[in-house]
Parts: sequence; C-alpha cells; structure tokens
Amino acid sequence: MSFVTILYAALFYFAAAILFIGLAYRIYEYATIPAPLKIPTPPAPMTQRGVAVRIFREVVFFESLFSATKWTWLFSWIFHLALLLAAFRHLKYFTDPVWSWVSSELVQVAGHYAVYLMLAGLLGLFARRVFVDRVRYISVPSDYLILVLIIAIAGSGLMMKWFPSDILAIKLFFTGLLTFNISELPSDTVLLIHLSLVIALMIIFPYSKLLHAPGLFFSPTRNQVDNARSKRHVADWAKKMESSK
Amino acid sequence: MAKNNFETPEVRTFPVIPKLENSATAHLSPFKSKEEFQTSLGYPGELVDNWQEKAIDKMGDLLTKYRSLRVYLDSCIQCGACTDKCHYYQGTKDPKNMPVGRQNLMRSVYRRYFTLPGKYFPKLVGAKDLTKEVLEDWYSYYHQCSQCRRCAVFCPIGIDTAEISMAAREVMDSIGVGQKYCNEIISKVHKIGNNLGLPEPALADTLEGLEEDVLEETEADVKFPLDVKDSDVLLVTPSADFFAEPHVDGLIGYAKVFHQAGISWTLSSHASEAANFGMFIGSYDNMKKLAMRIREAALELNVKRIVFGECGHAWRVAYSFLNTLAGPFDFLDPRYPVPQHICEITSSLMDQNVLQFDKSANDDMTLTYHDSCNVARASNMGGIMGGQFTIPRKIIKTVVNNFYDMDEETIREKTYCCGGGGGLLTDDLMELRVKGALPRMEALKQLIDEKGVTHMAAICAICKSQFSKVFQYYDLELDQIVSVHQLVSNAIIMNKKEV
Repeated sequence: MSFVTILYAALFYFAAAILFIGLAYRIYEYATIPAPLKIPTPPAPMTQRGVAVRIFREVVFFESLFSATKWTWLFSWIFHLALLLAAFRHLKYFTDPVWSWVSSELVQVAGHYAVYLMLAGLLGLFARRVFVDRVRYISVPSDYLILVLIIAIAGSGLMMKWFPSDILAIKLFFTGLLTFNISELPSDTVLLIHLSLVIALMIIFPYSKLLHAPGLFFSPTRNQVDNARSKRHVADWAKKMESSK
Repeated sequence: MAKNNFETPEVRTFPVIPKLENSATAHLSPFKSKEEFQTSLGYPGELVDNWQEKAIDKMGDLLTKYRSLRVYLDSCIQCGACTDKCHYYQGTKDPKNMPVGRQNLMRSVYRRYFTLPGKYFPKLVGAKDLTKEVLEDWYSYYHQCSQCRRCAVFCPIGIDTAEISMAAREVMDSIGVGQKYCNEIISKVHKIGNNLGLPEPALADTLEGLEEDVLEETEADVKFPLDVKDSDVLLVTPSADFFAEPHVDGLIGYAKVFHQAGISWTLSSHASEAANFGMFIGSYDNMKKLAMRIREAALELNVKRIVFGECGHAWRVAYSFLNTLAGPFDFLDPRYPVPQHICEITSSLMDQNVLQFDKSANDDMTLTYHDSCNVARASNMGGIMGGQFTIPRKIIKTVVNNFYDMDEETIREKTYCCGGGGGLLTDDLMELRVKGALPRMEALKQLIDEKGVTHMAAICAICKSQFSKVFQYYDLELDQIVSVHQLVSNAIIMNKKEV
C-alpha cells in the first residue's frame, strides 16, 4: 500500500473523528445547557408542531434571512442548495451498491451542475464581504478563509472534470474506509488537493462558525413554544433558587 | 430649549443605509452606579482588583446557564443580515451599534478564552483579550442597546443581541461596574416597591386626587383602590402611571374600564411597580426578587387575577417570565391566564358589549400606533398568534374614528424601538436617545405629511416618556404621544354617580 494511501486514510479517520465526536459533543453541550426563560421571537408558534414548521421553513427556505436582505439570501441559499446537491452526487462514493435514487440521472446531473451554482453563490458571498462596508467591517481573516476554502473545494472538484482520476478506485478507497478494509487511493494531484481541503473543512467544522448548522436547531428564539402563561418553565439551576426560599 | 452639543439626525424621506462612522458614539457612556446601589443588588461596590479573572469566570458561569448565550456566541456566520436593522446604528452610524458589531465585542472575548482557535490563533479568528479598553467598549456599547430584539427577527439563526447585552451587563455588574440608572431604580423597588421611590402615603394621596379629578370631570364615582383585600383584580402598572402625562391618563382609562365593567380591583403599595429592570441588567436573581413582590401582593390581597397596565418590558417579564420567576399561580382563579394585560381585559369587554363609546370624543386627533418593542417581539396577547398586534389596534379603532398605520417595515414584529428602552431612558444618554428615535420619527413624520396624523398612541411607559422628551428634537409637540387607554378614557361613556 502506498504512502499516500496510508496518509490519507489516517487523515480521513482523524478528520472524521474530530468532525463527528466534536459535533456530537457540541450538540450535547447545546442540548444540556438550559434555556431558563421563554424568549421566542414573533411569529412565535403556540404549539410544538408550529415550532417544527418554523424550524423547517428556516432550514429549507432561510425565511428570516429572506426578510432581512435579498442578495445575501440569494447567494447563501443557492450555495447551500448546491452543497446539498453535490453531497447527494458524492454519495455514490460511499454506498455499495449505490442507492438507486443516488444513481438516478436527476441526482447525478443536478450534482454535476451544482458546482457552478455553488461557485456563483460563494463568489457572491465573498464579494459582499469585500464590497459592502458593513460586512467588511465585521469580517476577520477566518471569515474570508472559510469562503476561500469552500471555493477551493468546489474549484478542485470541478477541475477533476479535466484531470480525471480512477473513479472506481476512489470509490473502493472510501467504501474501504467505511469497512476498515483500505484499498489503494489514486495519487493524482488534483484529487489529493480536493481531498486535503475537504479534510481541513471537516476538522475546522466543530471549532468554527460552521456551528451555525446545529446552532439553528438550538436557538431559543426559534425553537421555543410560546406558552409561558399556560405552562411553567423553570431551569434546573433556577429550581435550586426556589427551594432556598 | 438647550439642544445640547449634538445634532438631531436629519429626517430622510427615503431612508438609505448609512455609511459607517467609526467610534461615532464611543463617547456615550451612562453614569456609573454608586457603591450603595451596587451592594444593595448583591454586586461589588467598585471595580474589583482581579476584575479580568472574575469577569471571565462569570462569563463561564453564564455560558453554562444560558443556552442562548452559548449558541449565539458560537453560531454567528457574520453574514451581515442584521447590520442595518438597529435603530441605534441608523441614528448614530457607529459600526459597534450594528447588532453583530455589538455582539462581537463579547464574541471576540469568548473566542479568546473559551475556544481552541481563539486561544492559539487569536488574530485569525478575531479573538481579543479582555483589556481595560475592551471593558470600556463593553460599558459604552452594551449600554447603547435597548434589547428591543429587532435584529433577532431578521437573523437567519435567530441570534438575539439582547441576550448578549444582558449577559454583558451581568458580567460587568459582577465585577463592580454597574449602570447608575438601572441599579438605582432596582434598589428603590427592593426598598420601597416602585421605580420612583413613591411610598405608600404618597401613592394613596395621588390616587385620592385622581378620584376627585375623575368625579369632577365625569360625575362618575370611579375608585382608585389601594391595598383593598379580596378584590377580584390586582392591577400592577408602571409607577409612571401615577403622575406623569400621558401615562396617568392611561391609568384613568383602566379605572374607568374596571368601573364600567363592575370589576373590583386594587393596586398594591407592596407591588406598586410593573417594570422589572432586573431584566435589563440580565440578573435572574434581581428579576426574580422583583417579580416575587407581585406574588406576595397577590397572596396578601387575596385577589383572583393579576392584570398589568401599559408597559412594554414589564409585559414581557409578566407574560413570558412571571410564571417562571414567581409561579405557580395556582391560588388564582384558573379561568384566567396569569397574568393578563389591560388590553386583553378591555378588548374582551368590548367583545361582550359591556362598554359603550362615543368615538367622536377623539375626533380632535388622527392617530397612529407605535408597537412597543417588548410587547411586539417578546410577548403575546389574547392567546392567538399576533394578538399583541391586533388587540391594541382593535381597541384604538373601537374608540377613535381616524386611524392609520405607519410603514409596514416599521410596525408589528418589525417595529422600531422608541430609542429609550432597555435601561437607557436616562438624561446622560440623551444624544443616543434622540439619534435612536430616528427611524420611528421618519415613519411617523411620513404619516403626518401624507395622512395628517396628529398623535401616536403607545402602550409602554418607556415609549411614552421617551417620545414626550425627544419629540421636541424633531419639531413635534410633547403631547402628541398618548396612552391607548387615554383614548379609551376619552371615549368611554360613563354611568354617572347616583345622587
């Protein structure tokens, strides 16, 4: 087995551990820190079902962002949609046999063109960061670098159209990773750049603002039911204050 | 009139997002709290020696107690959606008054002390040490946030800057850096029972005077009961209602409604304040202590229900927090929600046709309605979604003939703060208050020009006080702000006293 294969297998295991354990730990933290007061923002749902609908609309349509700024909404919605389509397309590298809906022409073609959408969205977001004075003011190096990283991932992925690798070997490598039965990874430069960048993204995920993904689900202004009068809501740490009275 | 050493912002016909002016309001910092007010709230009297360490400890403590704080410090994408949404940013152009700019003052410290990248690569992620300069920025800019939550409505993650500014104030209080206005007021409520420090005899005297005034004016024997046991309703109202215009006209309105409906009610000298400034300083302890006075009064007076008068953040604490802080209220009549808003009472009496009105009594006015931020974005009325918007409007439309709403982008859940909420209604922040009122003034002036609106109604003591002060800076008269129940009071047809 080549050095490159061993190195990338090790890196992927390491990155996956950071990503999944890190993310699970963050979610555990968010779930266990109490929200001592009811703070839903309007339109605040009166039922748990209403909350589910609200979160769904935020996750799928970015509803609040739409009402805030149309350009940022457009770029980020396009980017996230393209990310989803690209992820679907990439599932073929991890499933054996490939799930039928993944291998469908629709998913594969949409995933293929998604990269252009993704780049358009990302470049729009980058341009906004550079040209809008308010957004430039709040941007720190990591804000630009995360965009650059994802642009580079998309770009290197696109490049593989012209610098193709052995797709079957890539698939064997990744399904092998999943079953701890590692096979040879092609050592093509563009492929290795693409994979290195993905590894970097996986590692920074639980330590960066990419935590907005789980964060949205734990945002008390969005996930609380507006029922403060009818249902008493007291955090554990606040209960201690009551017994001491 | 002395117009101070600042200029009233120009009222724009077509509001555009202002260009940034760095440090435009860095000079605005409210007076610091005196030692006695700090200690009576349970905080150190002055800046403690190891303040930096203590502040970080306190932050760590709050991060384990408030999910909002932790999730919101982690989750901001720095997307900029909120940047133009704050009235203080629009009025001052200071980038640290952009909601995310304000949040980042704490987020940069959070990253430095509580996150891995911030510990090892501070420059990369914009992490900062908690220095004296940073603390000064905190004190200045966390007291330029009225906790109105307009930014939270637009944020894709729902990040609420109010949660962060409350936490920042709690951290500062815990190291001995408190704000005079809030902490002095909270001290007064702990000691006396209301923000004004009005003791029971003065209150009784005021209420007696009101009874005489109303009797003279309407020939109706309207009572303003104080500490009357076994009443149906305990009315808790902001203490401004006891003396200041236009607040007191609202109080007269509530009294007339109760009188006509035959509901027995009482005020309490123990809980003679609806406002709960404990929320402004982010102090659960103080907020709970203040809220407990209402529970104690309700038990003492053996009432059946609790009703709140017109006050924005008081209604937020009442509607959203009272059950949490001072519940359960199982000793009250279970047929009514606890607590109720006076607008809910009046509205349902209107539905039952218990009250009769002569709308023409308000014909000298053409009205609009200012959705007070804390009512609009942190509470509800009537138990139906959006009831906090529809019920006050329904009341107004029932008692006046001429009503228009302001620009849709400035009302309901998108309403602008009056500019004086969140513990900023103090003269030492007058420049901020005038500038922060700009978006509301623009929407109001547009309606004055287009529809001939003469008056604006509100259901918040802070809004009423703020507008009656800042109107003059925008060439309006101070009496152009009115209470909603003042309009009710004008139009309600009273049964005269039987002789």
